[in-house]
Amino acid sequence: MGALEKQRHILDFTLSSLGRRKGKNIALIIVYTFVIFLLASVLFLTDSLKKEASQILQDTPEMTVQRLVAGRQDLIPVHYIEAIKQIKGVQSVTPRLWGYYYDARSGANYTLMVNAELNDHAGEIIIGTGVSMRNATSMPNHAVWKNDVLPFKTYDGSVVPLKVKGFLSSSSELVTSDLVLVSEADFRKIFPIAKDHATDLVLKVRNGKELATIAAKITQIHPDCRPILREDILRTYNAVFDWRGGVILMVLAGGFFAFIILAWDKATGLSAEEKREIGILKAIGWETSDILLMKFWEGAAVSLTAFFMGIFLAYLHIFLASSILFEPFLKGWSVLYPHFRLTPYVNGYQIAVLFFLTVIPYTVVTIVPSWRSATIDPDSVMRM
Amino acid sequence: MIHLQDIRKVFNAGKPNEFVAIQGVNLSIDSHGATALKGPSGSGKTTLLSLLGCMARPTSGRITLQEREITSLPERFLTAIRRETFGIIFQQFNLIKGITALENVMLPAYPTGAKHASLKKRAMALLDLMNIADKADAKVEWLSGGETQRTAIARALINNPAIIIADEPTAHLDTALSREFMEIMRQLKNEGKTIVIASHDPIAYASDVIDRVVEMRDGILVSHEDVT
Amino acid sequence: MTFHPGILALLLGSGLTSSMLCYSAYEGVRIIRDWDINSGSERQLELERKTYLVSTVMSYALGFQLLSLLLFIYTADTISPLFIGAMCAAGSLKVNGFGYPTLIAKIISCLLAGLWLIVNATDNQAHDYPLIRTKYWLLLLLTPVVLAETTMQAGYLLSLKPNIITSCCAILFSTDTNSFVSDLISLPHSLALTVFFTSAAITMALGLLVYLKAKGILLFSLASLIHCIFSIVALISFISIYIYELPTHHCPFCILHQEYSYVGYPLYVAILVSAVSGIGTGVINPFRTLPSLHNVIFRIQKKLALVSLLSILVFVLITGYSILFSNLSMEAY
Repeated sequence: MGALEKQRHILDFTLSSLGRRKGKNIALIIVYTFVIFLLASVLFLTDSLKKEASQILQDTPEMTVQRLVAGRQDLIPVHYIEAIKQIKGVQSVTPRLWGYYYDARSGANYTLMVNAELNDHAGEIIIGTGVSMRNATSMPNHAVWKNDVLPFKTYDGSVVPLKVKGFLSSSSELVTSDLVLVSEADFRKIFPIAKDHATDLVLKVRNGKELATIAAKITQIHPDCRPILREDILRTYNAVFDWRGGVILMVLAGGFFAFIILAWDKATGLSAEEKREIGILKAIGWETSDILLMKFWEGAAVSLTAFFMGIFLAYLHIFLASSILFEPFLKGWSVLYPHFRLTPYVNGYQIAVLFFLTVIPYTVVTIVPSWRSATIDPDSVMRM
Repeated sequence: MIHLQDIRKVFNAGKPNEFVAIQGVNLSIDSHGATALKGPSGSGKTTLLSLLGCMARPTSGRITLQEREITSLPERFLTAIRRETFGIIFQQFNLIKGITALENVMLPAYPTGAKHASLKKRAMALLDLMNIADKADAKVEWLSGGETQRTAIARALINNPAIIIADEPTAHLDTALSREFMEIMRQLKNEGKTIVIASHDPIAYASDVIDRVVEMRDGILVSHEDVT
Repeated sequence: MTFHPGILALLLGSGLTSSMLCYSAYEGVRIIRDWDINSGSERQLELERKTYLVSTVMSYALGFQLLSLLLFIYTADTISPLFIGAMCAAGSLKVNGFGYPTLIAKIISCLLAGLWLIVNATDNQAHDYPLIRTKYWLLLLLTPVVLAETTMQAGYLLSLKPNIITSCCAILFSTDTNSFVSDLISLPHSLALTVFFTSAAITMALGLLVYLKAKGILLFSLASLIHCIFSIVALISFISIYIYELPTHHCPFCILHQEYSYVGYPLYVAILVSAVSGIGTGVINPFRTLPSLHNVIFRIQKKLALVSLLSILVFVLITGYSILFSNLSMEAY
């Protein structure tokens, strides 16, 4: 009497039965796979966007200080630095200059940012891959080369030619794709920002635990200032992405219910042939729990096949095919990301969540139909 | 070996379509003999056979098998007893299509958890005994009528049961195959198996293999006569 | 509330499990009322069929409960960045009053569901189902526990508000605060270590006695319960710090993280399995006087004792490995 041997026999028989009824199961597996594919795609996409966002934020300063005028972000006077520097715990305060630039030629928005290392090299820029590809659209398959000159329009209509000194490489395209690093002199040529003003201030703090206190003091000294903590941004991003993902999951719930009804229908609508088979098995000495075991293996085989196929397809979809299916829905980034590739990011938690959202409901709806077919009377086959 | 005492079986009890399949049946079946249940269709033969074969429980009455009261055993235990005690052969044989003859023969032993290798050996030996060892790997739908019949008999023997139960085994067979079936039953009887056949086919119930004929009509036992 | 997919998954899972239990309880009431094994009536046959359904439903429900417990901790861990101060599950569970009670209710319902399945499996071994009413009464007691757990979990998850300031595990599981947990942590390491390994040795010895000689069953059952508590204490007081290689980090949740190669999962599963099977031997012990179970029950207890024994061994081996190969030397502490 081997319990394991029995499991093996029943599993073998179940798999061969599934093979014999391909037609019935294939339709179910296709729909099942598709449902898992959709859910997995949503999860993979939102989670890797979150991951990208936190990567971006890793390089950002712990605290940024903006000035608000009439409820809108405004340029901040550089002399604000003096008072902030005096606060205990503040290590350094640096003014930042950055802004958005609309390039009519390529029809795209760039982020222009001043980089201190370029200040001795006025007239030169370092660009992200998106910018380089976008400028080359007139010449297919040709990116911008080093030492090429890109024209930038200034606020008063004149043109500043800037030479490409190099390219930004990054593990995440999202971070740098649309970025153009310029010198301070060139930045002030393109945008009309007075010498004594900056876009915002960034702070370095000695002890991370004091961030909240320092932020409170800043608003005390300069009531028109808004300090933003990196943690806050990260939390907001996470909440926004989770929320978007959740909303899409709710939208997909409709489709999911349709699938559950299909699963129920398939499990309930046993063919006469299957009924006869179960009747025969019971008559020749299989017990109800043996049939239930068989049904368990059947469900496990169907679920796991669909589960892994769905996850595999979702992986291809999100990380290799640039999430074509719902790119417009979830991202809404600028036009710079036609071949936007996310860094593959899949973990056990996502798999566990997917399992709960798909396999468990499927299993639950098939319990009663399985039991019903397992409790066919053993003598039923003699009455047919 | 099996004793039935005042057996009654009712279907759809308490509903308008209530139907008493058999009632007041008292019957004893001894070891090592061959019994035929005869009677027209609807006479309760099949119901009686399924009660004898531990496939169903009576609504009232008592059944004892080898001195053990089995009337109120739950299905879980009844099945184990059925598996070890009875080999069942159906009308049209009811093999499972799409799998091989060998697998069909092995099926009743799967829940026992026997080792695959020894199980296969046993099944091959039975197919060999039935002279169809060369068809072991053939899918059952490709077997001839005679081969199907022999596979079904081999399947009934896999758990080495003491009692063989057959329900209208000859109903869809030509005369030659029907006689062949009865010949195999004779061999099994000579080996010491107990045989119970439900049939309204004279080739079966009037065969000289049969020791005793029990006649059913309208759910009631009308006569039993010893043939030998 | 937040629309985190993990939260949706947990709510869905618990909702399904609860409705499965409610259905089982409903069938249970009918079985308690009408069961008559001596009858061959269609009603009795129908009830007998229903017992298969309830067994199946309960086996799945236990599986789901176990997965749901792990997912719950995992989720609390994952959402911790949403809360200021939280660095792992320890902090997010403290965000509102339902967090820790839910966790405890989940553990208890897992234990109870496991014990119920043991009683059920025992009963199914006897041809007259002698425990049928007992076990369905127990099922009626188990159902409210699961319902309470589902409600508390919903209360916890639905009232989560991001930005709540909570404590991180370094504060919750540190010696500075005045709590039961801090008392645990401030236990001298040598004492905690000795108590844990002694209790493991005693429990395993008793288990062996049950396995070989069928003796001391109730003692072993009690020892399993006590050892389960000691294991958790040991985890917080000294095993964790060897795993983290930090003398002050006592968090029982961070061991579930990837950085520590998910070592927490086998540890927690081992605790649960050894507790359920060990306590199970004692739970079914009173039934051994029933004639139809007389010969069966010891076989089951033997198996359970073996399973419990092996789980404790797994736990001890992982713990021993972590201590021996840890870069942390506790001599200074």
